[in-house]
Amino acid sequence: MEHVTILMAFAFAAVVAGAMLVVPSLIAPRRLTPVKAQPFESGKDPIEITQGRLAVKFSTVAIFFILIDIELLFIWPWAMLYRKLGWFGFAEMLVFLGILMLGFLYIWQKGGLEWE
Amino acid sequence: MATAAFVLIAAVAVGSALGLVVRRNPIHGALFLVVNLGSIAALFLTLGAEFLAAAQVIVYAGAIMVLFVFAIMVLIPGREETGPDPQRPTRLLALPVGAVLLVLLVALVAGGGAPRAAGGPPAGGVEAVGRLLFTDYLFPFELTSVLLLAAMVGVLLLARRRA
Amino acid sequence: MTGEIVVPVVGLSALLPALVVVGAGGLVLLLDLLPPRASKAHLGTVALAGLVAALLVTVSRWGTDDRAFRDMVLLDNYALFFDVVICYAAALVVMLSMDYVGREGGESGEYYALVLFSTTGMLLLASAGDLIVVFLALELMSLSLYVLAGFFKTRLVSGEASMKYFLLGAFASSFLLYGIAMLYGATGSTNLDRIAGSPAARDGDPLYLVGLALLLVGFGFKISTVPFHMWAPDVYEGAPTSVTALIATGSKAAAFAALIRVLVVALRGLQPDWTALLWSLAVVTMTLGNLAALAQSNLKRMLAYSSIAHVGYMLVGLVAGGASGAGAVLFYLLAYTFTTIGAFGVLALCQRAGEEAVEVSEYAGLARRNPVLAATLALFLLSLIGIPPLAGFVAKFYLFGAAVRGGHVWLAVIAVLNSAVAAYYYLRVLVYMYMREPEAGGAGYVPSFAGGLALAIALIGVVALGVMPAPFADLAQGAVTPLLR
Repeated sequence: MEHVTILMAFAFAAVVAGAMLVVPSLIAPRRLTPVKAQPFESGKDPIEITQGRLAVKFSTVAIFFILIDIELLFIWPWAMLYRKLGWFGFAEMLVFLGILMLGFLYIWQKGGLEWE
Repeated sequence: MATAAFVLIAAVAVGSALGLVVRRNPIHGALFLVVNLGSIAALFLTLGAEFLAAAQVIVYAGAIMVLFVFAIMVLIPGREETGPDPQRPTRLLALPVGAVLLVLLVALVAGGGAPRAAGGPPAGGVEAVGRLLFTDYLFPFELTSVLLLAAMVGVLLLARRRA
Repeated sequence: MTGEIVVPVVGLSALLPALVVVGAGGLVLLLDLLPPRASKAHLGTVALAGLVAALLVTVSRWGTDDRAFRDMVLLDNYALFFDVVICYAAALVVMLSMDYVGREGGESGEYYALVLFSTTGMLLLASAGDLIVVFLALELMSLSLYVLAGFFKTRLVSGEASMKYFLLGAFASSFLLYGIAMLYGATGSTNLDRIAGSPAARDGDPLYLVGLALLLVGFGFKISTVPFHMWAPDVYEGAPTSVTALIATGSKAAAFAALIRVLVVALRGLQPDWTALLWSLAVVTMTLGNLAALAQSNLKRMLAYSSIAHVGYMLVGLVAGGASGAGAVLFYLLAYTFTTIGAFGVLALCQRAGEEAVEVSEYAGLARRNPVLAATLALFLLSLIGIPPLAGFVAKFYLFGAAVRGGHVWLAVIAVLNSAVAAYYYLRVLVYMYMREPEAGGAGYVPSFAGGLALAIALIGVVALGVMPAPFADLAQGAVTPLLR
């Protein structure tokens, strides 16, 4: 069981998070004021509830994030084997990234990354 | 020890999957899905498949869940799904079909036809996966980049405001 | 893990057709970024040039038996035959698009790039020797087509088509992936040859059977056999007509290519099982496809159901089995591709008051207003019925003949009866074109050089295949021999 340390870290995180949830409900004073009931306590009154349609650009960014994330996943084992793979591995990754950079260049130049 | 870990993680996985199906609030469902994906990652770890476990956390529990939550927020912010189910008969059909599948799977496993990859399970560490990926599976690896490229172009085409 | 890594041999020659097409796709993307930014007409030409180059490469490599990446990519005559069909289909689709897409919704670089990426997926499906490559190639093809189906963003039907195609296609892919996982679990390999040679294949492992069933479901979606056909009419109707033509021909041919190779090579031990399954699938598919087509007034929907029925006919050839059955399917796919592209091509070039003309009634009296176009559509429809001396007749003749020789007389009888039913709805269109009075403002032809050329090529193909089928049938027969060794 080489992953026991990881499990212990998870268990510790769970205990801390649980404690943060449970302990205040036991000892903290409870006074609800109108300001506290607002969704954002930033000092600015909310203009409207976020009902209705949101711009599609949020999900565009999220999808680009997923695509780059998957790309990253392939680079990770490559990085661990980089020295053993030598120039051949370098060429492999160059092709892989080259194709993806073409896509990146394309969405960049086409304004896919611009917010407005 | 290994069995205990499996039972514990599997219970969390099944419980969170049930929670995902049962909860009417989509955001709660999404959070249950995160727990479910995390516990599947833990199952991968107990099998020694470190790379898959990490992929599960980075891609599924991380990136894809972000998109899920975005989609829920954009479409139905905080609203519960209520009212009668318009497709109840169709959905009820899933029960017998699921039952048949369950019986089949149990029969398979009980009949000794459990998965047995020839030559034992392959190593699942990051280096082992990398070895396969960059030698035997070099072509699928490079093909993936073309697939991702097509996906990028497709997203741009569908999401851009003007044609 | 220590030890030296053995660097694999990279054999690019087996990939050449796909490399040419994907290279053209990348080039289209790059050129799209360069000026002139306003006009995109030149990108269509680049895409077309890439496809023609791939076609020439394919033809020049005929007779080779190339294997690369540890038998993951096979460039044998079988793959080359399908490469020719796919490249033809894609090239004709690009020619049709050059005018149609600009007229209907604005040309763009993405459109041609995605057509080329999708074609790359199709070419790789035809030469996949490993289930992983089958899956990735299928995804590359389908992903591009999902997006292309929704290309007309301002039209609701186009978005609906894209969404339905994507959701059901994703389901189908997951079934396919389950099937691959089962086969891997049973045999320990994803390579087609090694699956066939594994002990599980001989023992009749239940996992192996489950894998077969799930694979058939996945492929059933992609080629639209009947229990899994629901997406086809909506997608064919909503997608841009040029994309519909690509979905109906190229993607179908490619999925058939992979299906036949998987069944005949990897699952040859289960031939009695899948023959029985495909027998019933074939009967249901052609019967329901034809019956549903009878009720359609929208030509795109009618052709969608008709293409479902044609899949049923092709399954007859797979049931017949052997070199003659598989060869007949290949010939049928060739004939079907030319005919279907032609029929959708005519629809793409017809317009009524600035809108696409898709209703049967809009074609009333077309023969009087535009005799050449009406005659062209008539020939394509007659070929779909199977009237001699057109391609469709010869293709059906080979197919049903193979079924009779394979001992499936009843199946052949059902198929012939179905063809007779199908004649009704094709002939109805002819009646409208030739015997009804033209409506005011009925469909008219929009002049387009590239589109007209595409129709001419498809027409020549339909007639040539019908008049002198022997050399092409020999090619199809020769193409299946690498599988049956």
